[in-house]
Amino acid sequence: MPAVVQLDEVHKIYESGEIPVHAVRGVSLTIEPGDFVAVMGASGSGKSTLMNLLGCLDRPTKGRYLLDGTDASSLDRNQLADIRNRKLGFVFQGFNLLARTTALENVELPMLYAKTRVAARTMRARALRCLDLVGLTNRADHFPSQLSGGQQQRVAIARALVNDPQLLLADEPTGNLDSKTSVEIMGVFQQLNAQGITIVMVTHELDIARYSRRNLVMRDGRLVSDTPVAGRLTAAAELQRILEAESAAQLTA
Amino acid sequence: MRLLSTIKVSLRALRRNALRSVLTALGIIIGVAAVIAMVSIGNGAKAQVEASIASLGQNIISVFPGNFTAGGVRGGFGTASTLTVEDALAIRHEIAGVVNLSPEMRDRAQILAHGLNWNTLVVGEDVSYLDIRIWPVAAGAMFSEADVRSAAKVCVIGQTVADQLFQGQDPVGQTLRIRNIPFKVVGLLARKGFNYFGQDQDDAVIIPYTSHLKRLARRPFLNSIVIQAASPDQMARIQQDITDLLLQRRNGREQDFTVRNQLELAQAATATTKTMTVLLGAIAGVSLVVGGIGIMNIMLVSVTERTREIGIRLAVGAHGRDVLLQFLTEAIILSSMGGALGVVLGVGSSQLISRLNHWPVLVSADAILGAVAFSAVIGVFFGFYPARKAAELDPIEALRYE
Ligand SMILES: Nc1ncnc2c1ncn2[C@@H]1O[C@H](COP(=O)(O)OP(=O)(O)OP(=O)(O)O)[C@@H](O)[C@H]1O
Ligand SMILES: [Mg+2]
Repeated sequence: MPAVVQLDEVHKIYESGEIPVHAVRGVSLTIEPGDFVAVMGASGSGKSTLMNLLGCLDRPTKGRYLLDGTDASSLDRNQLADIRNRKLGFVFQGFNLLARTTALENVELPMLYAKTRVAARTMRARALRCLDLVGLTNRADHFPSQLSGGQQQRVAIARALVNDPQLLLADEPTGNLDSKTSVEIMGVFQQLNAQGITIVMVTHELDIARYSRRNLVMRDGRLVSDTPVAGRLTAAAELQRILEAESAAQLTA
Repeated sequence: MRLLSTIKVSLRALRRNALRSVLTALGIIIGVAAVIAMVSIGNGAKAQVEASIASLGQNIISVFPGNFTAGGVRGGFGTASTLTVEDALAIRHEIAGVVNLSPEMRDRAQILAHGLNWNTLVVGEDVSYLDIRIWPVAAGAMFSEADVRSAAKVCVIGQTVADQLFQGQDPVGQTLRIRNIPFKVVGLLARKGFNYFGQDQDDAVIIPYTSHLKRLARRPFLNSIVIQAASPDQMARIQQDITDLLLQRRNGREQDFTVRNQLELAQAATATTKTMTVLLGAIAGVSLVVGGIGIMNIMLVSVTERTREIGIRLAVGAHGRDVLLQFLTEAIILSSMGGALGVVLGVGSSQLISRLNHWPVLVSADAILGAVAFSAVIGVFFGFYPARKAAELDPIEALRYE
């Protein structure tokens, strides 16, 4: 079984501005199936750039990217789109849901663009299953504007999962969420990871990173540290603790 | 992406900005309505002209005095009155394929009956004239060959003359005076209506051409000779024979007559209405193009507004082609719904114009199909550029767009 992700000396240089920005400077990285990786680093260190490369939304300026054994750097626009559709699930930092479109339809969206046509009924069933996975079955007909931040994030996760991706990429999935909701999201991730989905997420928070199996740190476009997580947290247990703490606070108040 | 969901998404996007969509389509609505109304009016006018030309009779050849095909400044059509009865008789006797012929004299005159008077056209014709013109007699009968031979003082009158002079009474058997000469009314003609010059054909008195020559005319020349050919395919030959015969009769003098067939007359008469139809249609077509530019403008705005949406679709696997189709569908829906509404408006206003002005209006299926097809084409044409702009967006840049 090939590695899900294999980066060889990958560079990304943005030429759009007046001076070129060298956002990723020679990253080599291998991620095996079933891994759960957290990427950390200061703001501007190139985490999102790396995620976009991994997510086939962008192409490396230099270097090679093998995704599940296929060389993504040589693919054209449409082939990249098909890879994004079939093999990848992307959870964006800002949710990026379609406004005025129900949660269910948002989750159905990737199936609309699937290469093999999916019957409308199958589409609905699959979308509902994914909403169920993130605990949002009862919000299927709500618009994003009627959902809380955490709920929107979960819709975005459900959308990323609907085509059964091999690799789930999440850029700061808990960035805008309170700590309890963050733990809930980590719970969903750990559950998916247990089912065999490989996950790469970006986070600023050290304690969120401790829910993963492996931590990477970036600085100035380079990987400076790659360590397995010692003392990994489980979302279920943490959630239990938070709930206990909450009720204790209520009793004393 | 499947077509059905593409259409669904397009309709939803259009409904979200319902007022804007309607205002955008308004250009097309007005354009299509204008094209249909204009073409209908033009076609109506053309049909009327064609009908009145058909009412002249079938396979008609006319000979006029004067030659307006020769160079130099001439008096032209009908002024040099050198066409004689002998010319007419020669044509009748010597040229094969002539079924009917009538030497024609025309003059305006004051006529009188019952103390009422009326200024009208007094036409001298042969007996066969009514057959040539396919003009039935409503009461009484046409004057006879004998009347023509004897230059009898008899006449048949048109409906307008009857209305003016006899006012409801039966005119047949009564007497009217033309330039003070009494003529007996032997027949009343059926109503014929206006010709394509707008003249009332029923405002006329028809007498034997011999009587006209003998009693009314100041000079012994004909205004024209009307000839009916046996069949359309003989027309050209007969026309040539007439020319040859008359030239021969003129013994080498220069040609002082003109031979025209009905087709040429019809072409001349319909040419103007055709030009008018094309012109009106073109002006209306310009408003369609302006409507198309309106659609392009709004589609460009829409693409900019929905950049993030496009980014999301591309990010989850849409191809550029999917996005292109999406926006193209939207533009086509906008323009063809505008086209459909325009058809309704155009047909409605054509009917209204025809009611109010008593203009003949002919709404043709061609014009409707053409206008709708053209508006869809406009949707494709003016929607393509914005749609392609959307399709070529970079997914990351689109997602980052604020
Ligand atoms: N489209 C772009 N054009 C030019 N420069 C860019 C572009 N996107 C990012 N950069 C630059 O690349 C560098 C890395 O940006 P990136 O977004 O990857 O950082 P990050 O690690 O995700 O930061 P944050 O934690 O704040 O999200 C930054 O210096 C940024 O200014
Ligand atoms: Mg970032």
